[in-house]
Amino acid sequence: MGHKTFDRGIHPSYYKELTASKRVEAAELPRTVTIPLHQHAGAPCQPLVKKGDVVFEGQKIGDVQAFVSAPIHSSINGKVKDIDLAQHPNGSRVLSVIIEGDGTVKDWSTGAVAEDVSTLTPEFIRDAIREAGIVGMGGAAFPTSVKLAPPKGKAIDTVLLNGCECEPFLTADHRIMIEEPEKVVWGLKALMKAIGAPNGLIGVEENKPDAVEALKKAAGGQTDIKIIVTETKYPQGAEKMLIKAALGRKVPAGKLPLDVGVVVNNVGTAAAVFEAINYKKPLIERVVTVSGNGVKEPKNLRVRIGASFEEVINQCGGLAGDGEMEVLNGGPMMGVAQTTLAVPVLKGTSGITVLTAESIKPLKYDPCIRCSSCVEVCPMGLMPYRLGDYGRTARVAEFKEWGALSCIECGCCSYVCPSKRPLLQWIRVGKLRVREEAAKAKK
Amino acid sequence: MTDKTADQTETKAAPLAPPAQPAGPSPDKLIVSSSPHFLNTESVPKIMHTVVMALFPAVAASVYFFGFRALLLVLVCVGSCMLSEYWMQKIRKKPVTVHDGSAIITGMLLALTLPPSFPIFGAFLGSFFAIVVGKQLFGGLGFNIFNPALLGRAFMQATYPVLITTWTTPRTIAEAVDAVSAATPLALMKFEGKTTPIMDLFVGNVAGSMGETSVIAILIGGLYLRYKGYINWKLPLGYLGAIAVVGGVFWLVNPAKYPSPLFHLFAGGAMLGAWFMVTDMVTSPVTPLGQWIFAICGGVMAVVIRLLGGLPEGVMYSILFMNAFVPLLNKHTRPKVFGEIKAEQS
Repeated sequence: MGHKTFDRGIHPSYYKELTASKRVEAAELPRTVTIPLHQHAGAPCQPLVKKGDVVFEGQKIGDVQAFVSAPIHSSINGKVKDIDLAQHPNGSRVLSVIIEGDGTVKDWSTGAVAEDVSTLTPEFIRDAIREAGIVGMGGAAFPTSVKLAPPKGKAIDTVLLNGCECEPFLTADHRIMIEEPEKVVWGLKALMKAIGAPNGLIGVEENKPDAVEALKKAAGGQTDIKIIVTETKYPQGAEKMLIKAALGRKVPAGKLPLDVGVVVNNVGTAAAVFEAINYKKPLIERVVTVSGNGVKEPKNLRVRIGASFEEVINQCGGLAGDGEMEVLNGGPMMGVAQTTLAVPVLKGTSGITVLTAESIKPLKYDPCIRCSSCVEVCPMGLMPYRLGDYGRTARVAEFKEWGALSCIECGCCSYVCPSKRPLLQWIRVGKLRVREEAAKAKK
Repeated sequence: MTDKTADQTETKAAPLAPPAQPAGPSPDKLIVSSSPHFLNTESVPKIMHTVVMALFPAVAASVYFFGFRALLLVLVCVGSCMLSEYWMQKIRKKPVTVHDGSAIITGMLLALTLPPSFPIFGAFLGSFFAIVVGKQLFGGLGFNIFNPALLGRAFMQATYPVLITTWTTPRTIAEAVDAVSAATPLALMKFEGKTTPIMDLFVGNVAGSMGETSVIAILIGGLYLRYKGYINWKLPLGYLGAIAVVGGVFWLVNPAKYPSPLFHLFAGGAMLGAWFMVTDMVTSPVTPLGQWIFAICGGVMAVVIRLLGGLPEGVMYSILFMNAFVPLLNKHTRPKVFGEIKAEQS
């Protein structure tokens, strides 16, 4: 009680205890990796290598001139086996570089330097982040360097690190905060320097007191960095909700955090910034929580980008049972269900959640009884039962008029609905109709 | 000929050939759905059956005060409601959802608003009307505008104006065992200027509709529902609060003529209405502001009918009247969207 938070929201079961106390283990070196050239929000990369080329761990293999993009690097030493379309966790098929490893690894700690943030220039930090291919590691995968280059006239006073991790099951950020708090704090300082923000905040939900403790210790006496303990509530880790909780500022509808002087980054992203500058190590691996009742031994693994879901799950004892399952890229609230286990781990894969048949939601739904649960939980103050109907029946004008484009797709409405109506799914359909109409109008 | 056909199919199929699947679970075992993949454990039948549970104290009290006949009426109403629902859903060729419990609630509520001596056939007719006209003709659960039980009672008020206002005294009042008919506390107040002791009202030891007399029994059920989270506290609070305040104003102006606010709260259908009818999910607004307006206006109206109208009791009509405004309230009291920009002056 008394912790900072936002209005409304839900309290799902978190099941964090499955992995919260397990140290991050290094995953086995994959034999083959499939690295999609589009792992971020923005323009896809063009391949910089050809079939048959020898590549090294950390070598840039894809890039593009576009501003909103991030380069792609090889995550292993080996040879390019093929460059072809491959199944992507988002459901589409994306041009990917398939690399066959030679079984060797690079030791990034040799040649590590201990940079002092105060001696670095903002340009140097931004370039290093862009070159390392760093994107938001909380799931949205927005290129970090773009966030650090706000349009002229937008003064940023705060860099806010997101350590809420409000998704059930996931503990990757939690472990990073416990095991590498110095990297997180250093990364935060670098991000503040890069954008000229005087204040640094780290928002952590109160169910992770050990992480708060570790971060406080790592931050030491630095007065410009503060740890904000927030209430444990979903979706506390949504950007707008966290800004409201930590700073009391509301991002206007249709605007970005930078319009209220804030840049939000994941704690894992901050740790990656540390490694990019001090180890000269691009974003080629990340911590992934493999959990859910469909995994025999849930774990936190440090996985190379491009490793398949299947081999990652196999390192966690494999799938429990052989009935129907749902395998998610991410957690159960916002994760995307997969049609095959051949899909690769991406820069934005914070977790792989496997649910067994008994926890898969029913497809049948009842009529809306106007119980108002969805209205009571929507963190954006929308009326989801209504938006769902407008979306489902393609009533685009009303859909927009009732604020549907403010929906952050957190799924609270579907979660609480006693009639089990797939409200968010219908809202997504409505958003698709809005985009279709906009495209038609352009023509 | 056959060779050629086979050839054609092969060339057509080739570009569409799926990529080689790796070993592992077959793809037909991987379920794909839209997020969220986690849902809570609430369901419509769970809510409805909890409401049924919450009505048991009121039913028990009615049987205690009015005897076996009260139980018979409850059973008739519940049975006819369920049968009507089944019959209508069969006719409409819709899935039969009698098991969801909503028809049981309608039947119980309807029975609880009847006088204990009400004829069995009348109870059946009212239940039939409540479900068929009040609910199924609108499209079934979730689509009805008016509270079905109250609509059924309003129908009977028009059909049996005398029988539905013929009251018997509770069997617990010894000196009045022989009384065939008695007046309700509200009627006594309105037409004879007599008040009834508050304690009798609280316990339920008065004449009246079978389930409305015992305040304590209704409160037990209502608070249980509140504890379960199925009642939005704004609704009973707004309704009862408005009754108390408006009743209180009249009382302060002329305490000799008008009864105290406590009397208003405890007499007649105020408690049953506030806890089980104003709070009906389907027929109450979904927005916080809409809920306040709905409940408060309903409360004001109930007292106005009681004190200034031609009827001794106004709970039923106040709720039905406000039910009609729910779509309008939902439309015009939408909550503020997070980060909504106020219309800019230009």
